[in-house]
Amino acid sequence: MAGLVKTPVVLVTGFLGSGKTTLISRLLEHPGLGETAVIVNELGEIGIDHHLLRRVDERTVLLANGCVCCVLRGDLADELRDLLDRRDAKEVPPFTRVVVETTGVADPVPIVMTLLSDPVVRNHYELESVVATVDGVHGLNGPESVKQVAVADRLVLTKADIADPGTRAELETQLARLNPAAQVRAAAFGEVAPDWLFDGAVRDPRELALRLERDDGHRAHAHDVRSYVLFLDEVDWTAFGLWLTMLLHARGQDILRVKGLLNVGGAGPVLVNCVQHAVHPPLHLDAWPDEDERSRLVFIGRGFTAQGLEASLRAFDRAARS
Amino acid sequence: MCGLCSVILNEHWAEQDGGRRARMFRVALLARVLGHFGLSLADWAGGVYVLRDRKGASAVVRDLGSVWSEAERLLGRPLDPLDGELVAWLGS
Repeated sequence: MAGLVKTPVVLVTGFLGSGKTTLISRLLEHPGLGETAVIVNELGEIGIDHHLLRRVDERTVLLANGCVCCVLRGDLADELRDLLDRRDAKEVPPFTRVVVETTGVADPVPIVMTLLSDPVVRNHYELESVVATVDGVHGLNGPESVKQVAVADRLVLTKADIADPGTRAELETQLARLNPAAQVRAAAFGEVAPDWLFDGAVRDPRELALRLERDDGHRAHAHDVRSYVLFLDEVDWTAFGLWLTMLLHARGQDILRVKGLLNVGGAGPVLVNCVQHAVHPPLHLDAWPDEDERSRLVFIGRGFTAQGLEASLRAFDRAARS
Repeated sequence: MCGLCSVILNEHWAEQDGGRRARMFRVALLARVLGHFGLSLADWAGGVYVLRDRKGASAVVRDLGSVWSEAERLLGRPLDPLDGELVAWLGS
């Protein structure tokens, strides 16, 4: 597969009425966006007028003997494969990007799992970023909404034109605390620069530079979900791999997100990005995004503490060095 | 089988780097962690792991993603890396 250019996929999630369709509609109007295929589960009230719009019926597939969260989206895998076939046969325009819009209550994790694990899909497509819209007037809405924010790489605070400035500021603070690995932008009428959304945020280490501060999770967050940031020095890569697989096996339901940069002793860090059990292939970077070469890891979830995580990871690391 | 395991991913993300030497190091560290629970682990031909408990029961495990579920099956209880006793044991 060397040399194969994968088609980027952007996943747009967000609660009912939070502005997903408006955001996508405006994005599709940008002339520089290029040919984009759009896959939706439902046709919203504000319909997307687009010649490469595909609608699929959500169909989840639980892997045989798999754990509860190891669910794939069979409908999406089928549709992505069909789009490949049709593009090769020149039955559809030569699209260079796919945007997937979830339903408001959909769990985005099975989509990420599908993109990372389906053999055909993962060899032809590449998750570029997960974008979550958050209603700028009503804020987060239930555990689904909190999870959507936790797994996102970019957060769009919608309805900036009518949102109360005080409410908006509070929401921005809440989102930054809930997911410190994601950038937040406010938007009116879905107006967001495509470059900001489509810049490969999944593999972008810049979010993990400078802005992170140690947070021991003392601040309460919605639905018991909290974020924690750990800073460590060099970490043994083998120890980290064992530790993280064991942690995700034991607590994959409660660990919604892990994203970070690891100092494993090389010139640059290793970028780690997990959404529950879905682990992106670790990426060895050539250089650090800033002068701080400490390992830094963001954990978002419930039922654990920063101290517990750090003590455990340090113990695994010490065991590897003794 | 699940997303943690290589059955659907072909190659486990935590086992992609290194060769024989890296695998031996991984086996040694895994054996140390599992030793806390009374399990032993050995490499078999550089291809799979063999897990054994003290009663002689064993399991062949293909990769890191399956080790923990097989270890739990042999032990009959869940394993947690945040377990204080395990943390203290590894740090001792």
